[in-house]
Amino acid sequence: MNKRVVITGMGIWSCLGTDLETVKTSLYEGKSGIGLQPERLAYGYRSGLTGIVETPVITKQMLDRHTRAGMSEEAQYAYMASRQAFTQAGIDEAYLLQNEVGCIFGNDSSAKPVIEASKIMDEKHDSAMLGYGLIFQSMNSTVNMNLSTIFHLRGINFTISAACASGSHSIGMGYMLIKQGLQEMILCGGAQETNYYSMASFDALNAFSIRMNEPTKASRPFDRDRDGLIPSGGAAALLLEDYDHAVARGAHILAEVTGYGFSSNGCGISQPSDGGCIIAMQRAMNDAGVTPDDIHYINAHATSTLQGDMYEAIALTRLFEGKRAWISSTKSMTGHECWMAGASEVVYSVIMMQNNFVAPNINFENPDEYSAKLNIAKSRIDTNVDIVLSNSFGFGGTNSALVFKNYKE
Amino acid sequence: MNRKEIEEKVKEFLIEEMEIDEDKIAPDAKLKDDMGIDSLDFVDIVVIVERNFGFKIKPEEMAGVITLSDFCDYIESKVG
Repeated sequence: MNKRVVITGMGIWSCLGTDLETVKTSLYEGKSGIGLQPERLAYGYRSGLTGIVETPVITKQMLDRHTRAGMSEEAQYAYMASRQAFTQAGIDEAYLLQNEVGCIFGNDSSAKPVIEASKIMDEKHDSAMLGYGLIFQSMNSTVNMNLSTIFHLRGINFTISAACASGSHSIGMGYMLIKQGLQEMILCGGAQETNYYSMASFDALNAFSIRMNEPTKASRPFDRDRDGLIPSGGAAALLLEDYDHAVARGAHILAEVTGYGFSSNGCGISQPSDGGCIIAMQRAMNDAGVTPDDIHYINAHATSTLQGDMYEAIALTRLFEGKRAWISSTKSMTGHECWMAGASEVVYSVIMMQNNFVAPNINFENPDEYSAKLNIAKSRIDTNVDIVLSNSFGFGGTNSALVFKNYKE
Repeated sequence: MNRKEIEEKVKEFLIEEMEIDEDKIAPDAKLKDDMGIDSLDFVDIVVIVERNFGFKIKPEEMAGVITLSDFCDYIESKVG
Protein backbone atom coordinates (compact mmCIF):
# COMPACT_ATOMS: atom_id res chain seq x y z
CA MET A 1 0.00 0.00 0.00
CA ASN A 2 1.26 3.46 -0.87
CA LYS A 3 2.44 5.66 1.97
CA ARG A 4 1.41 9.29 2.34
CA VAL A 5 4.32 11.74 2.09
CA VAL A 6 4.47 14.93 4.12
CA ILE A 7 6.83 17.85 4.61
CA THR A 8 7.86 18.31 8.24
CA GLY A 9 10.75 20.75 7.91
CA MET A 10 11.93 23.48 5.54
CA GLY A 11 14.97 25.71 5.24
CA ILE A 12 15.92 28.46 2.85
CA TRP A 13 18.99 30.52 1.99
CA SER A 14 18.08 32.85 -0.86
CA CYS A 15 18.17 36.41 -2.11
CA LEU A 16 14.77 36.90 -0.44
CA GLY A 17 16.19 36.09 2.99
CA THR A 18 18.09 33.50 4.96
CA ASP A 19 15.29 32.32 7.22
CA LEU A 20 11.66 31.39 6.61
CA GLU A 21 10.22 34.42 8.38
CA THR A 22 12.23 36.95 6.36
CA VAL A 23 11.41 35.12 3.12
CA LYS A 24 7.72 35.15 4.05
CA THR A 25 7.85 38.93 4.44
CA SER A 26 9.67 39.35 1.11
CA LEU A 27 7.11 37.19 -0.69
CA TYR A 28 4.21 38.96 1.01
CA GLU A 29 5.55 42.41 0.16
CA GLY A 30 6.68 41.50 -3.35
CA LYS A 31 10.28 42.46 -2.60
CA SER A 32 12.92 41.76 -5.23
CA GLY A 33 16.26 40.18 -4.31
CA ILE A 34 17.96 41.25 -7.55
CA GLY A 35 20.90 43.64 -7.70
CA LEU A 36 23.80 44.74 -9.86
CA GLN A 37 27.23 43.19 -9.32
CA PRO A 38 29.73 45.40 -11.22
CA GLU A 39 32.49 42.75 -10.99
CA ARG A 40 30.48 40.62 -13.43
CA LEU A 41 30.83 43.36 -16.03
CA ALA A 42 34.54 43.70 -15.28
CA TYR A 43 34.89 39.91 -15.70
CA GLY A 44 33.29 40.18 -19.14
CA TYR A 45 29.62 39.45 -18.67
CA ARG A 46 27.05 41.14 -20.88
CA SER A 47 24.80 41.53 -17.81
CA GLY A 48 25.86 42.42 -14.27
CA LEU A 49 22.49 41.50 -12.77
CA THR A 50 22.20 38.69 -10.22
CA GLY A 51 20.32 37.62 -7.13
CA ILE A 52 22.23 39.03 -4.15
CA VAL A 53 22.69 36.12 -1.75
CA GLU A 54 24.28 36.55 1.68
CA THR A 55 27.51 34.60 2.20
CA PRO A 56 27.05 32.04 5.00
CA VAL A 57 29.38 32.32 7.97
CA ILE A 58 30.34 28.78 8.96
CA THR A 59 32.67 28.87 11.93
CA LYS A 60 35.09 26.27 13.26
CA GLN A 61 32.69 25.83 16.17
CA MET A 62 30.03 24.69 13.69
CA LEU A 63 32.17 22.44 11.47
CA ASP A 64 35.81 21.35 11.64
CA ARG A 65 38.48 22.42 9.16
CA HIS A 66 38.44 19.22 7.13
CA THR A 67 34.71 19.45 6.60
CA ARG A 68 34.76 23.12 5.69
CA ALA A 69 37.66 22.61 3.27
CA GLY A 70 35.50 20.25 1.21
CA MET A 71 32.46 22.49 1.03
CA SER A 72 31.67 24.31 -2.18
CA GLU A 73 29.69 27.54 -2.10
CA GLU A 74 26.46 25.69 -2.89
CA ALA A 75 27.19 23.06 -0.23
CA GLN A 76 27.52 25.88 2.30
CA TYR A 77 24.16 27.28 1.28
CA ALA A 78 22.63 23.80 1.47
CA TYR A 79 24.13 23.18 4.90
CA MET A 80 22.58 26.38 6.26
CA ALA A 81 19.18 25.56 4.74
CA SER A 82 19.31 21.94 5.96
CA ARG A 83 20.07 23.00 9.53
CA GLN A 84 16.90 25.06 9.46
CA ALA A 85 14.88 22.17 8.01
CA PHE A 86 16.06 19.68 10.64
CA THR A 87 15.47 22.18 13.42
CA GLN A 88 11.94 22.93 12.24
CA ALA A 89 11.22 19.20 11.98
CA GLY A 90 12.51 18.59 15.51
CA ILE A 91 15.29 16.30 14.28
CA ASP A 92 18.49 16.53 16.31
CA GLU A 93 21.88 14.84 16.04
CA ALA A 94 20.86 12.03 18.40
CA TYR A 95 17.96 11.16 16.09
CA LEU A 96 20.19 11.22 13.02
CA LEU A 97 22.72 8.91 14.69
CA GLN A 98 20.04 6.37 15.55
CA ASN A 99 17.79 6.45 12.48
CA GLU A 100 18.19 6.06 8.74
CA VAL A 101 17.60 9.33 6.86
CA GLY A 102 18.20 9.76 3.13
CA CYS A 103 19.45 12.70 1.08
CA ILE A 104 18.57 13.66 -2.50
CA PHE A 105 19.63 17.14 -3.60
CA GLY A 106 19.48 18.85 -6.95
CA ASN A 107 22.71 20.39 -8.19
CA ASP A 108 24.09 20.65 -11.70
CA SER A 109 27.41 22.48 -11.50
CA SER A 110 30.28 23.46 -9.27
CA ALA A 111 32.21 25.81 -11.49
CA LYS A 112 34.31 27.82 -9.06
CA PRO A 113 36.49 25.03 -7.57
CA VAL A 114 36.99 23.54 -11.06
CA ILE A 115 38.19 26.88 -12.41
CA GLU A 116 40.35 27.54 -9.33
CA ALA A 117 41.99 24.13 -9.72
CA SER A 118 42.57 24.81 -13.38
CA LYS A 119 44.24 28.16 -12.61
CA ILE A 120 46.58 26.53 -10.07
CA MET A 121 47.47 23.74 -12.50
CA ASP A 122 48.17 26.23 -15.29
CA GLU A 123 50.51 28.15 -12.98
CA LYS A 124 52.19 25.38 -10.97
CA HIS A 125 51.87 22.31 -13.20
CA ASP A 126 51.77 20.25 -10.01
CA SER A 127 48.64 18.60 -8.63
CA ALA A 128 50.19 18.60 -5.13
CA MET A 129 49.52 22.36 -5.08
CA LEU A 130 45.74 21.84 -5.23
CA GLY A 131 45.37 20.85 -1.58
CA TYR A 132 42.82 18.65 0.09
CA GLY A 133 39.40 20.17 -0.43
CA LEU A 134 38.93 20.99 -4.11
CA ILE A 135 37.97 17.49 -5.23
CA PHE A 136 35.06 17.41 -2.78
CA GLN A 137 33.96 20.86 -3.92
CA SER A 138 34.27 20.14 -7.63
CA MET A 139 31.81 17.35 -8.27
CA ASN A 140 28.12 17.83 -8.96
CA SER A 141 27.48 15.61 -5.93
CA THR A 142 29.35 18.08 -3.67
CA VAL A 143 26.13 18.99 -1.87
CA ASN A 144 25.08 15.40 -1.22
CA MET A 145 28.53 14.24 -0.12
CA ASN A 146 28.83 17.11 2.33
CA LEU A 147 25.31 16.95 3.79
CA SER A 148 25.35 13.17 4.16
CA THR A 149 28.63 13.21 6.09
CA ILE A 150 27.86 16.28 8.22
CA PHE A 151 24.40 15.08 9.25
CA HIS A 152 25.28 11.33 9.48
CA LEU A 153 22.73 10.45 6.77
CA ARG A 154 22.68 6.72 6.01
CA GLY A 155 19.74 6.24 3.68
CA ILE A 156 19.38 6.90 -0.05
CA ASN A 157 22.15 9.26 -1.17
CA PHE A 158 22.49 10.67 -4.67
CA THR A 159 22.34 13.91 -6.60
CA ILE A 160 19.84 14.91 -9.24
CA SER A 161 21.43 16.80 -12.13
CA ALA A 162 18.54 17.85 -14.32
CA ALA A 163 19.37 21.45 -15.20
CA CYS A 164 16.77 23.92 -13.93
CA ALA A 165 14.41 21.11 -12.91
CA SER A 166 16.98 19.50 -10.55
CA GLY A 167 15.43 20.73 -7.30
CA SER A 168 11.92 19.70 -8.34
CA HIS A 169 12.96 16.21 -9.45
CA SER A 170 14.80 15.76 -6.13
CA ILE A 171 11.51 16.22 -4.29
CA GLY A 172 9.76 13.97 -6.81
CA MET A 173 12.32 11.22 -6.26
CA GLY A 174 12.16 11.57 -2.48
CA TYR A 175 8.37 11.48 -2.64
CA MET A 176 8.41 8.26 -4.71
CA LEU A 177 10.85 6.47 -2.41
CA ILE A 178 8.83 7.31 0.70
CA LYS A 179 5.52 6.57 -1.03
CA GLN A 180 6.82 3.09 -1.85
CA GLY A 181 7.83 2.50 1.76
CA LEU A 182 11.55 2.36 0.99
CA GLN A 183 12.51 5.30 3.22
CA GLU A 184 10.87 7.01 6.18
CA MET A 185 12.62 10.35 5.92
CA ILE A 186 14.62 12.04 3.15
CA LEU A 187 16.31 15.44 3.10
CA CYS A 188 15.52 16.87 -0.35
CA GLY A 189 16.32 20.19 -1.91
CA GLY A 190 18.29 22.14 -4.42
CA ALA A 191 21.41 24.29 -4.36
CA GLN A 192 22.87 26.81 -6.78
CA GLU A 193 26.21 28.61 -6.74
CA THR A 194 26.10 32.37 -7.36
CA ASN A 195 29.78 33.18 -8.00
CA TYR A 196 30.54 34.89 -11.28
CA TYR A 197 32.52 31.95 -12.65
CA SER A 198 29.41 29.83 -12.74
CA MET A 199 27.21 31.68 -15.20
CA ALA A 200 29.49 33.20 -17.86
CA SER A 201 28.63 30.52 -20.42
CA PHE A 202 24.92 31.07 -19.75
CA ASP A 203 25.45 34.83 -20.16
CA ALA A 204 27.00 33.99 -23.53
CA LEU A 205 23.58 32.93 -24.83
CA ASN A 206 22.28 36.52 -24.44
CA ALA A 207 19.66 35.00 -22.16
CA PHE A 208 20.18 37.44 -19.27
CA SER A 209 18.32 40.71 -18.80
CA ILE A 210 20.40 43.85 -19.33
CA ARG A 211 17.94 46.18 -17.62
CA MET A 212 20.81 47.18 -15.35
CA ASN A 213 19.46 50.65 -14.59
CA GLU A 214 16.48 49.03 -12.83
CA PRO A 215 17.64 45.77 -11.21
CA THR A 216 14.46 45.14 -9.24
CA LYS A 217 12.36 45.55 -12.39
CA ALA A 218 14.55 43.36 -14.57
CA SER A 219 12.90 40.01 -13.86
CA ARG A 220 9.46 40.23 -15.45
CA PRO A 221 8.09 36.78 -16.25
CA PHE A 222 5.12 36.82 -18.65
CA ASP A 223 5.47 40.59 -19.18
CA ARG A 224 5.52 41.91 -22.72
CA ASP A 225 8.62 44.02 -22.06
CA ARG A 226 10.88 41.37 -20.52
CA ASP A 227 14.38 41.07 -21.92
CA GLY A 228 15.73 37.95 -20.24
CA LEU A 229 16.29 36.14 -16.96
CA ILE A 230 18.52 37.02 -14.02
CA PRO A 231 20.74 34.30 -12.54
CA SER A 232 20.36 33.72 -8.83
CA GLY A 233 20.92 30.98 -6.28
CA GLY A 234 21.32 29.78 -2.72
CA ALA A 235 19.70 26.63 -1.38
CA ALA A 236 16.39 25.23 -0.24
CA ALA A 237 15.92 22.13 1.92
CA LEU A 238 12.79 20.14 2.67
CA LEU A 239 12.45 17.19 4.99
CA LEU A 240 10.07 14.68 3.41
CA GLU A 241 8.63 12.09 5.74
CA ASP A 242 6.29 9.13 5.79
CA TYR A 243 3.00 10.46 7.19
CA ASP A 244 2.57 7.64 9.73
CA HIS A 245 6.14 8.12 10.92
CA ALA A 246 5.61 11.85 11.31
CA VAL A 247 2.40 11.33 13.29
CA ALA A 248 3.99 8.67 15.49
CA ARG A 249 6.80 10.98 16.55
CA GLY A 250 4.43 13.93 17.02
CA ALA A 251 5.92 16.04 14.22
CA HIS A 252 4.24 19.21 13.03
CA ILE A 253 3.16 18.59 9.44
CA LEU A 254 3.55 21.55 7.09
CA ALA A 255 2.12 20.13 3.84
CA GLU A 256 1.52 16.90 1.97
CA VAL A 257 3.18 16.02 -1.34
CA THR A 258 0.54 14.26 -3.42
CA GLY A 259 1.75 14.23 -7.02
CA TYR A 260 4.86 14.14 -9.17
CA GLY A 261 4.89 14.36 -12.93
CA PHE A 262 7.77 14.31 -15.38
CA SER A 263 8.47 14.30 -19.09
CA SER A 264 11.19 14.97 -21.61
CA ASN A 265 10.70 17.07 -24.72
CA GLY A 266 13.03 15.06 -26.93
CA CYS A 267 13.77 18.03 -29.16
CA GLY A 268 16.28 20.93 -29.20
CA ILE A 269 18.67 21.30 -26.28
CA SER A 270 17.43 24.78 -25.33
CA GLN A 271 13.99 24.42 -26.89
CA PRO A 272 10.99 24.46 -24.52
CA SER A 273 7.85 22.54 -25.43
CA ASP A 274 4.24 23.19 -24.49
CA GLY A 275 3.50 19.51 -25.03
CA GLY A 276 6.24 18.44 -22.63
CA CYS A 277 5.02 20.89 -19.97
CA ILE A 278 1.47 19.59 -20.30
CA ILE A 279 2.49 15.94 -19.92
CA ALA A 280 4.41 16.72 -16.72
CA MET A 281 1.60 18.80 -15.23
CA GLN A 282 -1.13 16.33 -16.21
CA ARG A 283 0.88 13.40 -14.86
CA ALA A 284 1.39 15.19 -11.52
CA MET A 285 -2.31 15.99 -11.25
CA ASN A 286 -3.29 12.42 -12.16
CA ASP A 287 -0.93 11.11 -9.49
CA ALA A 288 -2.48 13.48 -6.94
CA GLY A 289 -6.02 12.56 -8.00
CA VAL A 290 -6.92 16.18 -8.80
CA THR A 291 -8.08 18.07 -11.89
CA PRO A 292 -7.25 21.62 -13.04
CA ASP A 293 -10.44 22.76 -11.26
CA ASP A 294 -8.94 21.73 -7.91
CA ILE A 295 -5.71 23.73 -8.16
CA HIS A 296 -5.67 26.99 -6.20
CA TYR A 297 -2.23 28.25 -7.16
CA ILE A 298 0.37 27.50 -9.80
CA ASN A 299 3.97 28.45 -9.13
CA ALA A 300 5.06 28.82 -12.75
CA HIS A 301 8.53 28.03 -13.99
CA ALA A 302 8.50 31.23 -16.09
CA THR A 303 11.99 32.71 -16.00
CA SER A 304 11.43 35.97 -17.90
CA THR A 305 12.65 34.74 -21.28
CA LEU A 306 10.48 35.15 -24.36
CA GLN A 307 10.59 31.51 -25.50
CA GLY A 308 10.28 29.82 -22.11
CA ASP A 309 7.47 32.03 -20.88
CA MET A 310 5.60 31.65 -24.16
CA TYR A 311 5.61 27.86 -24.23
CA GLU A 312 4.62 27.62 -20.57
CA ALA A 313 1.85 30.18 -21.12
CA ILE A 314 0.51 28.11 -24.04
CA ALA A 315 0.58 24.98 -21.86
CA LEU A 316 -1.05 26.72 -18.90
CA THR A 317 -3.75 28.17 -21.14
CA ARG A 318 -4.55 24.71 -22.51
CA LEU A 319 -5.03 23.28 -19.03
CA PHE A 320 -6.15 26.22 -16.92
CA GLU A 321 -7.95 28.82 -19.09
CA GLY A 322 -11.14 29.77 -17.30
CA LYS A 323 -10.10 27.96 -14.11
CA ARG A 324 -9.74 29.62 -10.72
CA ALA A 325 -6.05 28.88 -10.18
CA TRP A 326 -3.91 31.94 -9.54
CA ILE A 327 -0.58 31.89 -11.34
CA SER A 328 2.65 33.66 -10.42
CA SER A 329 6.32 33.20 -11.03
CA THR A 330 8.29 33.91 -7.87
CA LYS A 331 11.30 34.27 -10.18
CA SER A 332 10.00 37.81 -10.68
CA MET A 333 11.47 38.45 -7.20
CA THR A 334 14.23 35.84 -6.90
CA GLY A 335 15.56 35.70 -10.44
CA HIS A 336 16.24 32.23 -11.76
CA GLU A 337 17.58 30.06 -8.96
CA CYS A 338 18.38 27.36 -11.54
CA TRP A 339 19.33 24.00 -9.93
CA MET A 340 17.75 25.19 -6.68
CA ALA A 341 14.57 26.68 -8.13
CA GLY A 342 12.33 23.61 -8.14
CA ALA A 343 12.94 23.12 -4.42
CA SER A 344 12.90 26.76 -3.32
CA GLU A 345 9.63 27.33 -5.14
CA VAL A 346 8.02 24.55 -3.10
CA VAL A 347 9.29 26.27 0.05
CA TYR A 348 7.88 29.60 -1.18
CA SER A 349 4.54 27.99 -2.04
CA VAL A 350 4.25 26.22 1.33
CA ILE A 351 4.94 29.57 3.02
CA MET A 352 2.01 31.00 1.00
CA MET A 353 -0.19 28.05 2.04
CA GLN A 354 0.59 28.58 5.68
CA ASN A 355 -0.07 32.30 5.51
CA ASN A 356 -3.04 32.43 3.14
CA PHE A 357 -1.66 34.49 0.29
CA VAL A 358 -0.49 34.19 -3.28
CA ALA A 359 2.80 36.00 -3.80
CA PRO A 360 2.75 38.48 -6.65
CA ASN A 361 4.30 38.08 -10.07
CA ILE A 362 5.98 41.47 -9.70
CA ASN A 363 6.75 43.55 -12.78
CA PHE A 364 3.86 42.00 -14.70
CA GLU A 365 2.61 45.24 -16.20
CA ASN A 366 1.54 44.32 -19.73
CA PRO A 367 0.72 40.83 -20.92
CA ASP A 368 1.73 39.57 -24.32
CA GLU A 369 -0.65 37.64 -26.54
CA TYR A 370 0.17 34.37 -24.73
CA SER A 371 0.05 35.50 -21.11
CA ALA A 372 -3.11 37.58 -21.62
CA LYS A 373 -5.30 34.51 -21.12
CA LEU A 374 -3.70 33.55 -17.81
CA ASN A 375 -4.93 34.35 -14.32
CA ILE A 376 -1.66 35.97 -13.24
CA ALA A 377 -1.44 37.57 -9.79
CA LYS A 378 -0.10 41.05 -10.56
CA SER A 379 -0.14 41.90 -6.89
CA ARG A 380 -0.47 39.84 -3.72
CA ILE A 381 -3.76 37.99 -3.38
CA ASP A 382 -4.98 37.29 0.14
CA THR A 383 -6.71 33.94 -0.23
CA ASN A 384 -6.66 30.35 0.95
CA VAL A 385 -4.04 28.30 -0.87
CA ASP A 386 -4.78 24.63 -0.33
CA ILE A 387 -3.62 22.81 -3.47
CA VAL A 388 -0.54 23.93 -5.42
CA LEU A 389 1.03 22.89 -8.70
CA SER A 390 4.70 23.85 -9.09
CA ASN A 391 6.44 23.69 -12.47
CA SER A 392 10.13 23.32 -13.31
CA PHE A 393 11.59 22.92 -16.77
CA GLY A 394 15.22 22.63 -17.81
CA PHE A 395 17.71 22.57 -20.66
CA GLY A 396 17.67 19.31 -22.53
CA GLY A 397 13.89 19.25 -22.27
CA THR A 398 13.60 17.86 -18.73
CA ASN A 399 10.26 18.74 -17.14
CA SER A 400 9.04 18.25 -13.58
CA ALA A 401 5.77 19.16 -11.89
CA LEU A 402 4.77 18.68 -8.26
CA VAL A 403 1.38 18.84 -6.58
CA PHE A 404 1.18 19.42 -2.84
CA LYS A 405 -1.60 20.35 -0.52
CA ASN A 406 -2.17 22.11 2.74
CA TYR A 407 -2.23 19.73 5.66
CA LYS A 408 -5.17 19.99 7.97
CA GLU A 409 -5.48 17.88 11.11
CA MET B 1 65.35 33.01 6.98
CA ASN B 2 66.58 32.25 10.48
CA ARG B 3 65.32 29.56 12.83
CA LYS B 4 63.20 31.95 14.88
CA GLU B 5 61.44 33.29 11.81
CA ILE B 6 60.76 29.72 10.63
CA GLU B 7 59.29 28.72 14.00
CA GLU B 8 57.08 31.82 14.11
CA LYS B 9 55.79 31.26 10.60
CA VAL B 10 55.08 27.57 11.24
CA LYS B 11 53.28 28.37 14.49
CA GLU B 12 51.23 31.02 12.72
CA PHE B 13 49.97 28.71 9.98
CA LEU B 14 49.32 25.86 12.42
CA ILE B 15 47.04 28.17 14.40
CA GLU B 16 45.50 30.21 11.59
CA GLU B 17 45.17 27.73 8.75
CA MET B 18 45.28 24.31 10.43
CA GLU B 19 43.21 25.55 13.40
CA ILE B 20 45.36 23.75 15.98
CA ASP B 21 44.94 24.96 19.55
CA GLU B 22 47.85 27.16 20.58
CA ASP B 23 48.35 25.23 23.81
CA LYS B 24 49.09 22.07 21.82
CA ILE B 25 51.96 23.71 19.98
CA ALA B 26 55.39 23.02 21.54
CA PRO B 27 58.79 22.07 20.08
CA ASP B 28 58.61 18.50 21.36
CA ALA B 29 54.92 18.03 20.48
CA LYS B 30 54.34 15.18 18.03
CA LEU B 31 52.68 16.35 14.83
CA LYS B 32 50.39 13.32 14.57
CA ASP B 33 49.80 12.15 18.12
CA ASP B 34 49.81 15.46 20.01
CA MET B 35 48.58 17.96 17.42
CA GLY B 36 46.27 15.61 15.52
CA ILE B 37 47.75 16.38 12.10
CA ASP B 38 46.72 13.55 9.76
CA SER B 39 47.55 12.58 6.20
CA LEU B 40 44.79 14.81 4.79
CA ASP B 41 46.19 17.80 6.71
CA PHE B 42 49.55 17.08 5.13
CA VAL B 43 48.01 17.48 1.67
CA ASP B 44 47.26 21.08 2.63
CA ILE B 45 50.55 21.56 4.53
CA VAL B 46 52.46 20.83 1.30
CA VAL B 47 50.62 23.76 -0.33
CA ILE B 48 51.08 26.06 2.68
CA VAL B 49 54.81 25.33 2.96
CA GLU B 50 55.31 26.00 -0.74
CA ARG B 51 53.51 29.31 -0.39
CA ASN B 52 55.37 30.38 2.76
CA PHE B 53 58.83 28.92 2.20
CA GLY B 54 59.07 28.47 -1.56
CA PHE B 55 59.84 24.76 -1.77
CA LYS B 56 57.84 21.56 -2.16
CA ILE B 57 57.90 18.96 0.60
CA LYS B 58 58.98 15.53 -0.61
CA PRO B 59 57.12 12.82 1.32
CA GLU B 60 60.20 10.55 1.42
CA GLU B 61 62.15 13.29 3.24
CA MET B 62 59.49 13.49 5.94
CA ALA B 63 60.02 9.93 7.21
CA GLY B 64 62.03 11.02 10.25
CA VAL B 65 59.91 14.07 11.03
CA ILE B 66 57.96 13.28 14.20
CA THR B 67 57.89 16.44 16.32
CA LEU B 68 57.36 20.10 15.57
CA SER B 69 61.06 20.66 16.20
CA ASP B 70 61.89 17.96 13.60
CA PHE B 71 59.58 19.73 11.15
CA CYS B 72 61.29 23.08 11.70
CA ASP B 73 64.70 21.36 11.30
CA TYR B 74 63.52 20.01 7.95
CA ILE B 75 62.34 23.42 6.75
CA GLU B 76 65.56 25.03 8.00
CA SER B 77 67.58 22.47 6.00
CA LYS B 78 65.77 23.66 2.89
CA VAL B 79 65.66 27.43 3.40
CA GLY B 80 67.99 28.23 6.28
